[in-house]
Amino acid sequence: MENTTEKRRLELEKYFDPNGPFASLRVAQMKRAWKQSNRRQLNWLENTYLPMLFSGIYLTSKHFFYNITFHILHLFGLYKEIPGAVTYQYPEKPRPLASRLRTRHRLTKRADGSPRCVACMMCETVCPARCIEITAAEHPDVNIEKYPAEFVLDLGKCVYCGFCVEVCPEDAIRMDTHKLNIAEYSRESMIYNKKRLMDD
Amino acid sequence: MNDILIKFILSAGTLMTMFSFAGLLTWVERKQSAVMQDRIGANRASIFGFKAMGLFHVIADVLKMLGKEEFIPDGANKFLFNLAPYLSIIFALVGFAAIPIGGALVLSDNHIIQLQAANLNIALIFIFAMMSMGVYGVVLAGFSSNNNYAFLGGMRGAAQMIAYEITMGAAIMGVIMVFNTLDLQVLDRAQGAYMLGGWIPKWGIFVQPLSFLLFFTAAMAETKRIPFDLPEGESEIIGYFVEYSGMKFGMFFMADLVETVLVAALMTTLFLGGWQVPYLHADGFYFPWGAHVALSNLPVVILGILAFFIKLSFFIWALMAIRWTLPRFRYDQLMNLGWKILLPMSLINIAITAIVITLLG
Repeated sequence: MENTTEKRRLELEKYFDPNGPFASLRVAQMKRAWKQSNRRQLNWLENTYLPMLFSGIYLTSKHFFYNITFHILHLFGLYKEIPGAVTYQYPEKPRPLASRLRTRHRLTKRADGSPRCVACMMCETVCPARCIEITAAEHPDVNIEKYPAEFVLDLGKCVYCGFCVEVCPEDAIRMDTHKLNIAEYSRESMIYNKKRLMDD
Repeated sequence: MNDILIKFILSAGTLMTMFSFAGLLTWVERKQSAVMQDRIGANRASIFGFKAMGLFHVIADVLKMLGKEEFIPDGANKFLFNLAPYLSIIFALVGFAAIPIGGALVLSDNHIIQLQAANLNIALIFIFAMMSMGVYGVVLAGFSSNNNYAFLGGMRGAAQMIAYEITMGAAIMGVIMVFNTLDLQVLDRAQGAYMLGGWIPKWGIFVQPLSFLLFFTAAMAETKRIPFDLPEGESEIIGYFVEYSGMKFGMFFMADLVETVLVAALMTTLFLGGWQVPYLHADGFYFPWGAHVALSNLPVVILGILAFFIKLSFFIWALMAIRWTLPRFRYDQLMNLGWKILLPMSLINIAITAIVITLLG
């Protein structure tokens, strides 16, 4: 029994060893370990500041010459598929978005173009920001109990949690329009009605 | 009359070239930093949808600066406050007068033009005097603004300039001793000699490498740009120009860039042979393996001017690369570096150079 405790202790030891393989798991311990074992006097060459200066210049120059080569090649229409920069020129060339990214909402439609929504009020109930307001009305089709006479979604309030999409039993609301540029000049125009939500 | 006209064209040409170089540097700085950091850089300003790789941002900036309100704080000394930016930029620009941008252009047998706005025999001392005078712009701006931060910036500027001006002066003593002249045109011509069996040109960087390193560091400090931007110190004190707005601020900004060009030109002249092209003599190329290409005077001079501007651009590139790579020094590190490392090293350099020159006779 005692032997196993000792074994266990030795096993655990490596997690707390400042020089061991798990030192990086604990930031504070890592700092202490750094101070205790890795701090050393800089030698005279390092003290001149020149090695770090040159390695820094080497790094930035490497990026400079790599990128400038491709920028120049692009001017001649060559290697257009290899970019010279990691940035996206946003309004002209939007950034690729993940397909599951939560973006602006839309109301899905039935085959006849009417909304799938049955005005069950689940989304309105679950919404933590209380940005959805549904006015229900009786549907002429007896198989469908209700339909939304008006579906108002205030994007100025929305927190994009996606609860409304998850809770919807009819798959009537989705957040897959991939529209991010929602900017308006007034709060009123941030409020989307049924028509605007169904447009796309 | 003809001579005056030639001098006028020469000085106007030098001034305009250098000033447009400095103006272009605002674009170069943006683009170079962007390319170094994997970005595209400013490219939105356009005239009729024509973007010219962001070159119009220079014009846009100037227009913006000119359109801004010129604000003068209440307690400021109005005369000195208005004088400071002019001092800053004028002394930076005047220095270019003594920089030779090309060799001797032979018009006729008795008419030889040195491509240098002012053919001074004390050119080096003149440039150093002007660069030192440039500090007055910084100091006056700081002291006349009636602002504690500006005052701090001015004091830092004064202390830094004094510390590094001495190193700078001491660093080039080695070059002056080797070539035995203060005239930059003569100095450039002397760098056309060759050593080690005619393979290596006798440029300042090869005969005085330590001097070059010291001068490079001190010159960077002189331009008040990032590794040494204590007088500006954007993050803690905004700097000596904190109270300036509009084009007066723009002039301080330009003065920094003009000084960058001046320092690059000075390094080119002193250490890279100025307008010297390797193996190019007054009558053509003489390669060390024996080949000879004959050239007349005009192409030689044009090649020289081209060489000068290529070297200048290289140094500007290097200064920009360092500015966008290194973090800023702490103030005590700056003073340590200036007084305890660079100054003794430059004095040792002078001593060693003196001994070697004496031994070689």
